[in-house]
Amino acid sequence: MLKTFKLGGIHPEEIKLSSDQPIDVLPVPKKVFIPVSQNLGAPSKVLVKKGDIVKAGQLIAKGEAFISSNLHSSVSGTVMKVDKVIDTSGYKREAIVIDVDGDEWDDTIDRSEQIKHDCPLSAKEIIEKLKEMGIVGLGGATFPSHVKLMVPDGKKADLLIINGVECEPYLTSDHRVMMEKGEEIMIGTTILMKGLGVKKAIIGIENNKKDAITYLTDLADKFEGTKVQTLKVKYPQGGEKQLIKALTNREVPSGKLPIEVGCVVNNVGTALAVYEAVQKNKPLFERVVTVTGKSVNKPANFLVRVGTPISELIDQAGGLPQDTGKIISGGPMMGKALVSLDTPVVKGTSGILLMTDRESKRVVVQTCIKCGKCITVCPMGLEPYLLSNLIQHEELEDAEKEGIMDCMECGSCQYTCPSGRPLLDYIRVGKNRVGQMIRNRGKK
Amino acid sequence: MILPTISGSPHVHGEQSIQKIMFGVVIALVPAFFVSIYFFGFDALKLVVVSIAACLLFEYLIQKYLIKGVVTINDGSAVVTGLLLAFNVPSNLPVWIMIVGAFVAIGIAKMSYGGIGKNIFNPALVGRVFLLLSFPVQMTSWPVAKPLFAEKLTDAITGPTPLGILKEGLDEGRTISELTSELPTYVTELLGQHGGSLGEVSAIALLLGAFYLFYRRIISWHIPATYLGTVVVFSGILWLINPGIYINPLFHLVTGGMMLGVFFMATDMVSSPMSAKGMLVFGFGAGLITMLIRVWGAYPEGVSFAILIMNAFTPLINKGFKPKRFGEILKT
Repeated sequence: MLKTFKLGGIHPEEIKLSSDQPIDVLPVPKKVFIPVSQNLGAPSKVLVKKGDIVKAGQLIAKGEAFISSNLHSSVSGTVMKVDKVIDTSGYKREAIVIDVDGDEWDDTIDRSEQIKHDCPLSAKEIIEKLKEMGIVGLGGATFPSHVKLMVPDGKKADLLIINGVECEPYLTSDHRVMMEKGEEIMIGTTILMKGLGVKKAIIGIENNKKDAITYLTDLADKFEGTKVQTLKVKYPQGGEKQLIKALTNREVPSGKLPIEVGCVVNNVGTALAVYEAVQKNKPLFERVVTVTGKSVNKPANFLVRVGTPISELIDQAGGLPQDTGKIISGGPMMGKALVSLDTPVVKGTSGILLMTDRESKRVVVQTCIKCGKCITVCPMGLEPYLLSNLIQHEELEDAEKEGIMDCMECGSCQYTCPSGRPLLDYIRVGKNRVGQMIRNRGKK
Repeated sequence: MILPTISGSPHVHGEQSIQKIMFGVVIALVPAFFVSIYFFGFDALKLVVVSIAACLLFEYLIQKYLIKGVVTINDGSAVVTGLLLAFNVPSNLPVWIMIVGAFVAIGIAKMSYGGIGKNIFNPALVGRVFLLLSFPVQMTSWPVAKPLFAEKLTDAITGPTPLGILKEGLDEGRTISELTSELPTYVTELLGQHGGSLGEVSAIALLLGAFYLFYRRIISWHIPATYLGTVVVFSGILWLINPGIYINPLFHLVTGGMMLGVFFMATDMVSSPMSAKGMLVFGFGAGLITMLIRVWGAYPEGVSFAILIMNAFTPLINKGFKPKRFGEILKT
């Protein structure tokens, strides 16, 4: 019996066009734009100024707040300016612009191919190292990894979960990383186990990646305490709470973090970054990004330096298709539509999806026929139709009672709605306003 | 590409639509439609066509000239209402009464509430009950079902329904065993050769359609299962107590509007509850009321009334029976 979560979920068409495309190293661009806010939490404080010469891997911005992270240059060259650049959010935000000159890396980085198994560091040193190397969650939320390993007083972790689900359609970067960097992921996993102080780790992979399951299952035998669990294909299984439920049947309480039930979840890409940081002394400044879409000439998986404009990736994948109507950072279910081809790749960019003009158009909105499908598919057990109605009528208090803040914006409701209603649009606005209301309440 | 489209996620849609759901229901009703033509001939065809056309026309006229809003006759919901309404009347109903029914269903039960999605009661059932109360004679004279090319067996043109035979017989103080000879056999009841509304007679044809609805995931098991379950348990208990005056559960399942009501009208999305829990409550309530009317009520059949009464409770059920939220109770 394959495991999965019980409540809700959908089965969108998978369309994994680039599953068999090996990771290709993207040439270093001429210029990079490194946004200073690449993690969940506070932006990092810029340490460089115009005219500074930097090497790849050099610290250029420091995470000073508790939830923040360090930023490193992804290239060698000269700092041109610190300027406002359009980022994934669509707004202009502060970024460090670097003119590339050659490709010189910081001397302390071990660039050899050799795999290093033993990790002499203590748990505390591992946490310190991840903080120093600017490791954040690469699944998309970009939560600083070292903070995740610092278990709050009174809580206890007993299980590390490595997320290899990749439930978003189209995306294949995690899949490729598992296939090509399996051993590194396993070592990274054991390092995370040590840092967290747990004896057990489960790697969850959906059944549509059988090659990765076979490969990692064999590897896991060599690493004590680790095992691979095959999961039934179902969206949004990659959601933290859903994955924990699927693997352990533990249910993270509303409004709480996974540590509440003794779990910490990390993405497979993060496990690789952890390996590279701890064993190879390499800061997080490059990642694997899928470039895909039905009209894309050569769907591909690229190893990309942080700060590379997405136009460079699209060019390498065969150019921007004529019929492109929408550019999405991430997958089609939770990704963000981008406004510009100059948007830089950041630590949280898992893929660039180009949708055709036809695919970009939304269906006509009709009246709710109360079919209840949105309730059936909601993985959080909410009533999306009700939440969107409450928000339309500005009933914020009621929306809060109905659990609007539990919504993780997976989009299953809107995907399923036969009336084509923009349920998540309303709920997103509502979460914003209810969140504001709750914060204001705290001030009084 | 001049400017990329910007919109919130999700960027894909499951391609389910109101039209697909409504025409799915129409397809599911096709077997029963053919059976009705087989047993009731041209009259059945005539009423179905008139009913659908009248429903579409009334919806069009009201939306276009009265509300002056968007015309939604293409969404298929008026077709479903027209079809179901015709299925719920005897095949010899005068055409003008059929048109009155269509007007009540669309004009009063649907449009006056605000159109599709806003109505509290199932429009086809409101139309049917209106006709039953306004034209009791025409609505309860049931033409004898006779196969299309069969020889004329009797001179009788109309006859009672199985439920009618039962009710009348029991009211006269006769017992079930005395009535058995007058009742059609289960095989004919399943196939549909007995008196009744033109679309409700064949349990087999309706079940076939119901399977299609399940297959297309247009309906879920919750309402039909609890509805039928309640009917079986309720009638089963009475039958076990006194089989002399209470007939067995199977009879209740295959007669009257049970199959049509349970699978095609109780499951109407607009007027039934939205959460799984709510649907279970709805099915239970409808089953209970159906049996109370059939066994102790004045009418031989209670499916229409039962569903309409439960329709009225739907908003309350939606409020009272919510889905279980993820992480609501901490499991250890």
